[in-house]
Amino acid sequence: MDFEYLFQLLCGGLVKGSIYALIALGYTMVYGIIQLINFAHGEVYMIGAFVALIISGVATLSGYSGLSVLIVAAVVAAIYAAAYGFTLEKIAYRPLRGAPRLSPLISAIGASIFLMNYVQLAQTPDFLPFPELVPEFEFMEPLLQYVSSVDMVILVMTALTMVALTVLIKYTKIGKAMRATQQDQVMARLVGINVDRVISATFVIGSVLAAIGGVLIASRTGQINSAIGFMAGIKAFTAAVLGGIGNIPGAVLGGLVLGVAETLGAGYISSAYEDVFAFGLLVLILILRPAGLLGKAVKQKV
Amino acid sequence: MTHLKRSLGIGLWFMFLTLPLMVVRVNTVSSEVEWRWANLVWAGLCAFAIAWLWQFSIERRAAKRAQVAADAHPQKRKPTLAQRLADDPVLNRRVLLGVGLLAMAFPWLVSSGQNFYHVNVMVSALIFVVLGLGLNITVGLAGLLDLGYIAFFAVGAYTYALLSKNFDLGFWTCLPLGGVMGMLFGIVLGFPILRLRGDYLAIVTLGFASITKIVLENWDTVFGGAAGIANIPRPDLFGIELDGRQKAIYTYYIVLALVALTIVVTNRLKNSRVGRAWMALREDEIASVAMGVDMAQTKLSAYALGAFWAGLVGVVFAAHNSFINPDSFTFMDSAMILAMVVLGGMGSILGVIIASLALKLMPEYLRAFAEYRMLVFGAVMVLMMIFRPQGLINDMRRKYEYDTADKEDTDGGK
Amino acid sequence: MAASNERKKLLEVSGLTMDFGGLRAIDNVGLDIFEGEIVALIGPNGAGKTTFFNCVTGIYEPTQGDVKIHPPGGATRRINGMKPNRITALGMARTFQNIRLFPAMTVLENVMIGRHCRTHTGIVRAILGGAATAREEKESVDKSYQLLKKVGLAEVADEFSRNLSYGAQRRLEIARALATDPFLLLLDEPAAGMNPQETHELDALITRIRDEEKVAILLIEHDMKLVMNISDRIYVMEYGKEIAQGTPQQIKENPKVIEAYLGEEAHA
Repeated sequence: MDFEYLFQLLCGGLVKGSIYALIALGYTMVYGIIQLINFAHGEVYMIGAFVALIISGVATLSGYSGLSVLIVAAVVAAIYAAAYGFTLEKIAYRPLRGAPRLSPLISAIGASIFLMNYVQLAQTPDFLPFPELVPEFEFMEPLLQYVSSVDMVILVMTALTMVALTVLIKYTKIGKAMRATQQDQVMARLVGINVDRVISATFVIGSVLAAIGGVLIASRTGQINSAIGFMAGIKAFTAAVLGGIGNIPGAVLGGLVLGVAETLGAGYISSAYEDVFAFGLLVLILILRPAGLLGKAVKQKV
Repeated sequence: MTHLKRSLGIGLWFMFLTLPLMVVRVNTVSSEVEWRWANLVWAGLCAFAIAWLWQFSIERRAAKRAQVAADAHPQKRKPTLAQRLADDPVLNRRVLLGVGLLAMAFPWLVSSGQNFYHVNVMVSALIFVVLGLGLNITVGLAGLLDLGYIAFFAVGAYTYALLSKNFDLGFWTCLPLGGVMGMLFGIVLGFPILRLRGDYLAIVTLGFASITKIVLENWDTVFGGAAGIANIPRPDLFGIELDGRQKAIYTYYIVLALVALTIVVTNRLKNSRVGRAWMALREDEIASVAMGVDMAQTKLSAYALGAFWAGLVGVVFAAHNSFINPDSFTFMDSAMILAMVVLGGMGSILGVIIASLALKLMPEYLRAFAEYRMLVFGAVMVLMMIFRPQGLINDMRRKYEYDTADKEDTDGGK
Repeated sequence: MAASNERKKLLEVSGLTMDFGGLRAIDNVGLDIFEGEIVALIGPNGAGKTTFFNCVTGIYEPTQGDVKIHPPGGATRRINGMKPNRITALGMARTFQNIRLFPAMTVLENVMIGRHCRTHTGIVRAILGGAATAREEKESVDKSYQLLKKVGLAEVADEFSRNLSYGAQRRLEIARALATDPFLLLLDEPAAGMNPQETHELDALITRIRDEEKVAILLIEHDMKLVMNISDRIYVMEYGKEIAQGTPQQIKENPKVIEAYLGEEAHA
């Protein structure tokens, strides 16, 4: 058994998994509050990556480069993703509150298809190269055979984002309102919480996280196209379900588990079937333990 | 006035939203940045106009709902045209006969000699009509959101391709086999997943379809990989040699017959004990179960029957194209069939037929539209859910013949 | 009531307990229903009445205890954990506190769903048609229509059920449950949301159903006037426990019951 190879795979899996976790958080937060699978969440991630690509492309061609460009691009991408997430909720989901369960889901699928094709028409269906903006850090020298500088940035960024999110949800006013709304929407409304605003805020926060994930993954893979949101979205959803949908630590755990499982499967069995492992895991978890790793089984109220 | 202001605000908001994606295009090959400012103006104008229309429509929707709620005598409302058509058996029969004759004559009217393009287009469209009607059973009648329906279509297509290639089996032997294979896959997949809640079911079916496609692409020793399988024989007619046009017309009649069969079967089921149980499950699972409907069995039957049609028509698809590869079975195809069902109105046979024909034929004849096809489908799915969740053709209710005779006070009796 | 000892027992619940996680929603509750009886189950909100219904009708599987039925002309069955549709087929049907109709189906079709477990047409026979299938369909339609007449909804038979008024929807639920040919009908707050006139009519309807359809009735209800009027016996629950049972007169005078209801506004 080659431990070095295994360790490499594990590191790669963790990097990948932390991106899944970032996107999965958006799914889980939205689901926790309005019980909707925001199918278009993957497209928001893709749009984040595209905005970052455009900003950094313009910057690179104007002669700027380096980590600062990446940061600016990420900030703009986050703003735009937030704007898209916010608008998406207003148009595609808000008019459907209280509609039969399938309606918002179909609407979400429609929105997803729309956004994917919108970007494809506005930009290009082809893969675009994403500029390399992360320099090779010197202190990374001894670790380079396991993790690249980009991977390091991803892990650090993800960790920072998670901490920020935790603080936001635990200690801020909006975070408390979100938790209250998640537990009981009617009650939250009664005690004076503006539920509409909470829902909007949830979409905005989820979208920002997705955009950060989008920028990070784009700088790792070095290329993006308008279709990346679809697969990433499903994978992240898998991660969210794996951890127990509606459960925030669960989404992170689910993302990491999925990333590692997928990378190990690809590394030891066959990389062509990488996506099959993810889907297989999703199907298994839903059949065997639909509440997820950290979720609690809830009885449906009659 | 407030509408105008809001629309203006929304217009500006969308100009902001579309700013990077629609205006800037970075060409990394030639290292140039393309600025398309005209797009920004268009985006703003369109958003402004749509916002205006949107607010108007939302208000109208609310007003209409309030009106329905306040209506004390709902049964006296004026029936819609479709409702009247369905209620009048004579008219109904005449219209059916007319449409049937037109459909029979169609290939002879639009083709000649070497030119049978329109026939081929119609065959593809009718294949999707069958798919739409099949998915209509699963999604429209039973309310099981299947996002991987195309996988069963693939099962049928590959069944025929492989059986004819490896075992030299003919089209007519494979046609029922394709349907049965589709159904078997439906049962095997459906069995474990059908107790999942609606939205989970959607994702799992999507996952299954993706797995199917990946397997087809990668297991090239069996399925031919990404290159697919070529030289699939066309349907045979007792060994008679047919030229290109005749073959196309022959295939047309086969699909037309399948469409007719699907309509008859769906219609009968819809108005039977089985169909009512499907609809009841769609409306409220717990209430259905409490009324004695066996959930697992009923769901499985709807899922498997939907898969059966997809498998069946998959065989025709393979025979018609004489070439298949995994690219014909993507999520976008599943989404398109779903759009047909949604647009046509969940459960409405006529609606789904019209929607399928429209969605398949429009891109074929309006080339300009083809490029924006999926964009429009996506928008349509959202808009339909908001403004007409019951589909374009709605308000059809089945009236039953019943015996009012055995008590005299039919009207006043309380 | 004096005769209830000689009557046949239909439903026998003993020691029923239901836990949700750490929460005990029902604690050791017993209840019997005899032929031809109307029995009421009352108690303050959150006493566990609906949970009791759900345990008896198979929607939940009770943690402990026995639910046994003795169908007239059938063998005694223990039905704990049996699927709801099987229990309905054995002859117990229910309505729901928060009305659960099939909104996009017609009123008649709603009732016809109740006939589902008494009819047999499968996919193949539905496709092929034939005389037997047509006859069964006709029987379903006629039987359902007669039930609609009974509850006063015949004139709206072809209307979508979502367009009915609240009171009419409640009556439709009763008709739908009756269509399953039950020997025991369980009504969960049938008068909730009805105006006094409708409640008064419901009073007569429930008694008439008991007499004409030969079914026993168990109902949960908050409207004390209705309960006292029509019940033969009453069970009272509070905090998941059974605190009293007896005739309406006994219940009215029971100090425990009065105490349980003191906190709430007096319904009686």
